Amino acid sequence: MKKNQEKRNLFSIEILGLLLGLLWIAPFYLMVVNAFKTKRDIFGGVLGFPSELAFDNFAQAFVDLAFLKSLFNSVLVTGCSIAIIILFSSMAGYALARNKSKLSGFIFFIFVAAMLIPFQSVMIPLVSIFGQADMLNAGGLIFMYLGFGCSLSIFLYHGAMTGVSKSMDEAAIIDGANRFQLFWYIIFPLLKPISVTVGILNTIWIWNDYLLPSLVLSEANATIPLKMFYFFGQYTKQWHLALAGLTIAILPVIIGYFFAQKQIINGVSEGAVK
Amino acid sequence: MKNRSLAFWLFLTPVILGLGIVVVIPFIYGFIYSFTNWNGLTATEFLGFQNYINLFQEDEFMQSIWFTIKFAVVTVLLLNVFGMALALIVTRNIKSNNLLRTVFFMPNLIGGLILGFIWQFIFISVFGDIANLTGIEGLNGWLSTTNTGFWGLVILTAWQMAGYIMIIYIAYLENIPKDLIEAAKIDGASSFQRFKNITFPLVAPAFTISMFLTLSMSFKIYDQNLSLTNGGPFNSTQMVSMEIVRTAFSDNQMAYAQAKAVIFFLIVAVVALTQVYYNKKREVEM
Repeated sequence: MKKNQEKRNLFSIEILGLLLGLLWIAPFYLMVVNAFKTKRDIFGGVLGFPSELAFDNFAQAFVDLAFLKSLFNSVLVTGCSIAIIILFSSMAGYALARNKSKLSGFIFFIFVAAMLIPFQSVMIPLVSIFGQADMLNAGGLIFMYLGFGCSLSIFLYHGAMTGVSKSMDEAAIIDGANRFQLFWYIIFPLLKPISVTVGILNTIWIWNDYLLPSLVLSEANATIPLKMFYFFGQYTKQWHLALAGLTIAILPVIIGYFFAQKQIINGVSEGAVK
Repeated sequence: MKNRSLAFWLFLTPVILGLGIVVVIPFIYGFIYSFTNWNGLTATEFLGFQNYINLFQEDEFMQSIWFTIKFAVVTVLLLNVFGMALALIVTRNIKSNNLLRTVFFMPNLIGGLILGFIWQFIFISVFGDIANLTGIEGLNGWLSTTNTGFWGLVILTAWQMAGYIMIIYIAYLENIPKDLIEAAKIDGASSFQRFKNITFPLVAPAFTISMFLTLSMSFKIYDQNLSLTNGGPFNSTQMVSMEIVRTAFSDNQMAYAQAKAVIFFLIVAVVALTQVYYNKKREVEM
């Protein structure tokens, strides 16, 4: 009796979950379905299926988004930022964790405290300083991402260093390795799991960031979110093109999520709970 | 590694330069310039607190602050209710729990700007069509009034971030010892009693974390605001972040905008420090 009721309960929870799941993806479903409609089709109603598949929408959106170029810019900015954040933050996390002095504790505290400062509170002087140094370009943007991304990353690496035994250091030094060899060949490989987490967390916000690139990059060097903003402004009231553009813009993320969903969810979970 | 060793400083140089040039120096500069008539390049006059006095008398700025606070409070409540509910569903022993986690978390990976555009379509076109089919008047004209703009932003944010909060709750729910629940079951506790007396107290820390996390996230929102309502109608759904950006980069009042940015920092810092205080207090009690 009791077993049966538990089974029934579980079944109704499953149904509830699936209904919520459908509700959750409904906006994406409506976007894709209507991206395949002609302008007249959308005018006739957005809830039904397309009467014919308008692939032209995607062709035009692909061209107007300069999609390959925007994708290249996004990959370049995000990729370079992540590479230097991982390299420099792990070095710093290692140095700070292995030095137990007051000074080291103070430097660590400054990095953690800097997480309190919201981007909006520094953006105006930041843009002014970089403008005067003629650094409002992709290189400057990547450097800015290092500045904004390193605090949380150092915090995570610093925490992970407690799991790396000091005897590793001593053994390598006795064998004649210098600090850099020791870090690069021994410590950095051991930090790989946390590097994956740091990479994922930073990729999510840098890839999607709009405000900072909009202040730094020209339209010619626009990343996907920035280009999407210009594109959308051009096609207000033309939902068939706007939705096709949005679908294309989301595609790289969905593909990435499909292949790395487990690592992404674990990484976010680790980053949030610490 | 010793303080004086060259290696220690070489390892730290890149990030010290990064944080220093990108965050610390602009923060200090900005604070100083907020007391002047700085135009983005030079400042010729020291104004004292004049910028700060002006901003408290500016209706548009004060309105954006109240709108943001209202938005943050409602969003935080909804996000935690949804996040908890979703976590309770996907931590049960159901077949689709991995699939559902993937689905609920998906909106987090996509930028607020793009999601705002998608929801603009949902609120305007899809809601409009549903109103025509069903005759529900309330679904017409979304985003064209302050009220529907407000709820539009709340729905978008709750939908986008609930999956993130869900992940935090899952981490805590999965740490609850199974035998504790089993023991309570054998003792005849109902599922509501088990939730109230075992699950809820053990998940309470997640509630504190999520509450402050969502509070500061909803204060800093910009992209969703820009793409969903663009502050309209008549700047009535403009949040603090957007107000600061516009004062600086549309009206070119740099020093004045920076004074607003300093106030914004103070609000966010108070929220964050309250969280640190509560966390410390709880650690002591435990």
